[in-house]
Amino acid sequence: MRKRVIFNDKALPYLLLLPQVAITLIFFFWPAAQAVYFSTQIQDAFGLRSQFVWFENFGAILSDPNYLSSIRVTVVFSVSVTVLAIAPALLLSVMADKQIRGATTYKTLLIWPYAVAPAIAAVLWLFIFHPSVGLLGRFLVAIGVPWDYALNDAQALLLVVLASAWKQISYNFLFFLAGLQSIPRSVLEAAAIDGASQTRRFWTIVFPLLSPTTFFLLVVNLVYAFFDTFGTIHALTRGGPGTSTTTLIYRVYVDGRDNLNLGTSSAQSVVLMLFVIALTMIQFRYIERRVHY
Amino acid sequence: MAEVRLGGVTKQFGAVRVIHGVDCTIADGEFVVILGPSGCGKSTLLRIIAGLEQQTSGQVFIGPRDVTLVEPKDRNIAMVFQNYALYPHLSVFENMAYGLKVRGTPRAEVDTRVRRAARTLELEALLDRRPRQLSGGQRQRVAMGRAIVRDPQVFLFDEPLSNLDAKLRVQMRVEIKRLHQSLRTTSVYVTHDQVEAMTLADRLIVMNAGRVEQIGTPLEVYTTPASTFVGGFIGSPPMNMLSGRLSASGDSVELGDTAVALAGAFPTHAGRPIVLGIRPEHMSIGGRSRLSASVELVEALGADTLVHATTGSAKDIVTLRLPGDARVDRGQRLAIDVAPANLHVFDRDSGQRLGR
Repeated sequence: MRKRVIFNDKALPYLLLLPQVAITLIFFFWPAAQAVYFSTQIQDAFGLRSQFVWFENFGAILSDPNYLSSIRVTVVFSVSVTVLAIAPALLLSVMADKQIRGATTYKTLLIWPYAVAPAIAAVLWLFIFHPSVGLLGRFLVAIGVPWDYALNDAQALLLVVLASAWKQISYNFLFFLAGLQSIPRSVLEAAAIDGASQTRRFWTIVFPLLSPTTFFLLVVNLVYAFFDTFGTIHALTRGGPGTSTTTLIYRVYVDGRDNLNLGTSSAQSVVLMLFVIALTMIQFRYIERRVHY
Repeated sequence: MAEVRLGGVTKQFGAVRVIHGVDCTIADGEFVVILGPSGCGKSTLLRIIAGLEQQTSGQVFIGPRDVTLVEPKDRNIAMVFQNYALYPHLSVFENMAYGLKVRGTPRAEVDTRVRRAARTLELEALLDRRPRQLSGGQRQRVAMGRAIVRDPQVFLFDEPLSNLDAKLRVQMRVEIKRLHQSLRTTSVYVTHDQVEAMTLADRLIVMNAGRVEQIGTPLEVYTTPASTFVGGFIGSPPMNMLSGRLSASGDSVELGDTAVALAGAFPTHAGRPIVLGIRPEHMSIGGRSRLSASVELVEALGADTLVHATTGSAKDIVTLRLPGDARVDRGQRLAIDVAPANLHVFDRDSGQRLGR
């Protein structure tokens, strides 16, 4: 049990809470409230006049074929990013967890990509896949593959998925490694004595024991793919060609910044906000129920 | 069931040698306890038998089979770990059934065998629970259940009772003994607790610093310790060790200015420095005494009274175990008597026992 702190003065505890509450209110609740407010308005392009229109903006985005196509892109994009960021990370962490020579160096190197800024990461991928200056891109063109992500929808999507997933692998790797290291060695030894092969041990013991970590990463990666991939997409394809890599978050930017359509842009961010709230709630409920073995 | 034989087993971790050549044979159906202080290599030795650790040199046989390079899963052994090592995400039933399922045992047979083991260990009511819903003693029983359902040739126990409280430990000790008496499976049990070792073992292997100090029945080890280490490690309070020198004739020990007669003579070691070992319970006061000591501390335990005293001649501290009704006071001078048959003589340089 933690020691109970008794305050003689009623004001002091509130005063101590104030900085945290102030930051939350100013930087989180206020913008969120603004977004909700703007989602019910129609503004002119200069923001001089606005009119209250109830939920018209929401109706507008949901009947907009561009928005619906963004939903489709986002689903494909975020599921691919999540799978491609989690599976290799799991494989790498299982490898790194073994006692091998130079394990520390190996682990350190695997964490590096996380420190690379999204735009820089995008440039790195450009240098690999650009059809005329990229190493692999030139090779693909040379062997006759019609490779050009600026023209081909699927190739563009593949490239942003690869770049986004690559950046997240380090993060997932760290969590998986920590999860693996918290599995008692003797449990695995007991399974080995019980007669389970290495593969069987992984699927019947290790993977189930990692499931809380995996679920946590699933949620975190989905949120990442939804919200934190803007920089990568912006630097690589700017949502194109056409709208083939325009995810929901990228559309918020396009509609708000480029098209100066604040109302529908805000309505879109409110939809995203609701999605994140839902995800977070699912996660908390799940963690409360299942994580502690 | 099978015998277990170790031939010249050594183990090195990097440059550190933790096991220096162990040879021993554990007979079929025998319960052998490996006893030693922390870091003596006893757990490593057990893990080498299990195949979880690769020996640096030497051979391991289980029955007629050389298993030196065989994977743990193919050695037909079961192991009970100190921290139980239950599968936390599986129920008690699944924990016990895991080893059978992995080996492709038919479902009906898995069910029969798990239920039979559960009945033996009184776990029937707990089969659907998860390990975290069990008490320490119950977890320990599940760990044993997991070992017995597979009906292996050898049981290995790695300090299985050290995480339990004192009362449960006594209870589980009795259960393990009873289990062994009914199953008669060859068992190797590692512990640092001498009471566990003395009560469970058919034979003891006493280890120190990676070497086997002595192999023998608990009583042999107690009555004729092979070295000063064994004498000091087994018995509580430990054996008193007094530095002295054998007389010129080799039939008595000179402790400072007093001489203590021995039951036999050691002419080959005449005049050599030795250590004289005396169990606390073999010292009595009065009689035709040779040793004098002054009382420093008295611990009245009810059944016994432990007296710590300083010998007048050599300034060694000795402990006496006297009957509970003995009246002794601090500062009192005692005349201590020991029957020559109860004296243990060790070479001071090697620590090895002289004579039988």
